[in-house]
Amino acid sequence: MELTKEEEAALDGKQGETLALAYRTLVAIGEASGADKLIPIEWAHLSGVNYNTIGDAGKEFLSNLSQDAKFKVKTTVNPMGFDFDSVSRYHLDDKFIENQRSIKNSYEKMGVIPSYSCIPYEIFDLPKQGTHVSFAESNAAIYANSFSGLKTNKEGAFSALASALTGKSPSSDLRDDDIRKPNLTIRMKVEPRDELTYGMLGYFAGKVAGSSVAISGVNGLDRRSCKSLCAGMGTSGACGMFTFGEEEGEKIDFDKNEMQKIHDELNTSEKGDLITLGSPQLGIEEIGDLASMLKGRSFQKRCMIFCPRAIQGQIRDLGYSREIERAGGEILYDCCTCLSPLVDNKEVDSVVTNSVKGAYYLKSSNKVDVNLKSLKRIVEEETR
Amino acid sequence: MNVKVIVRGKTKGSLLVAKNPINFLGGIDKKTGIVHDKKHDLFGKSIGDKILAFPFGVGSSVGAYTLYSLKYNNCAPLAMICLKADLTTASGCAISNIPLVVVSKDDYDLLQENKEITLDAIEGKIL
Repeated sequence: MELTKEEEAALDGKQGETLALAYRTLVAIGEASGADKLIPIEWAHLSGVNYNTIGDAGKEFLSNLSQDAKFKVKTTVNPMGFDFDSVSRYHLDDKFIENQRSIKNSYEKMGVIPSYSCIPYEIFDLPKQGTHVSFAESNAAIYANSFSGLKTNKEGAFSALASALTGKSPSSDLRDDDIRKPNLTIRMKVEPRDELTYGMLGYFAGKVAGSSVAISGVNGLDRRSCKSLCAGMGTSGACGMFTFGEEEGEKIDFDKNEMQKIHDELNTSEKGDLITLGSPQLGIEEIGDLASMLKGRSFQKRCMIFCPRAIQGQIRDLGYSREIERAGGEILYDCCTCLSPLVDNKEVDSVVTNSVKGAYYLKSSNKVDVNLKSLKRIVEEETR
Repeated sequence: MNVKVIVRGKTKGSLLVAKNPINFLGGIDKKTGIVHDKKHDLFGKSIGDKILAFPFGVGSSVGAYTLYSLKYNNCAPLAMICLKADLTTASGCAISNIPLVVVSKDDYDLLQENKEITLDAIEGKIL
């Protein structure tokens, strides 16, 4: 990789250990991905915020880093493990709460915008088309590349952090227009369709695709299905973007058979003790939609609904949160289904969700069974 | 065998070779280094103190912190060998100071489980 004199000096530690560490990380990633140089980015979105995922090692690392580090560009962050406003209503030990507070403080000390959301593309104004950003949250990276006209790799927690500290990223992979062009097309053959079928399509695509994939036979996706597709894809593989329509090269069908295999892999129960909605977090459109689906109905079991803090005021003013809470839903901000310690396998054996990404992490990390079904079916079967 | 250096360093140890990609966040116990993904071909084995060869990393980007946790908990691999160095693995190794190299498919197929090797990720060689 070719570095400028300033970058070499920073790498050598001439501007302190924090920048040396950041540049070491960028160079390793650049060498790994065949970059020839570093380029400027305008926005970094960080993962590695939930104490459940980064643990004591991450907490200590961030605490040390925050002693003298400051973010150089606009920097937003992924969800935490819980919502500080409502955590006292859950059985969560004080140690976890304090560890999460330490992580929150470290990020805020370094100058983060306290978004605690996995849907930055939905709650912030977007830079102009073609702008390079550095998004670590996998669903957000795929969404940014595929729907928002931005350019990012599917960054790692450290590469996005290094980008936030330097305002740079290696010029490689999906930053290169040739690599953004897919050489594999997946033909969507499944009917009927809802957000769950699109989530499973994404999960399938992530397993078979390289950096970029084309998807044919799909149009008119609503926001819920778009997000589900991106999240499914981000969970199963390294693929960081898709385009619509057929491309030259290999073609694979996503048919009923393939979908059944994925459903069998992720669905391990025919019922659940608890419902979770939101992985990715629900934005304002989805909350409005949910509120109208719930009119005159009530949940027959606990239902946790995860949202970004940014929409709290709006959904209250529009009456959505009142309607959802009347139906028995618990709305939580700043956190998400994925890896939340609020879903505890000592309290619940199985969880109902419509999220493919949620299902994967509920099974592998929370160690609970999952009853995977669409939102429409959840409302039909779990409310009265 | 010549290798491409991603994170520099030099180490000696025995090889643990995986067939499947690794999801560090979902698939590895960060306190023990034991593979707990039941579908993985290394299920039940510890990756600690081995030179770990695997095709590439998959899944959540937070997997980079799992590598740092493994190092912090003294159960990280001595070094890692990949077919393709994904961003999560490369950055996790960089910050945890775990040497990382990339090899060709032909060379990868020559790697033998339990064999003692010297990995020189400065000169870019496996002996």
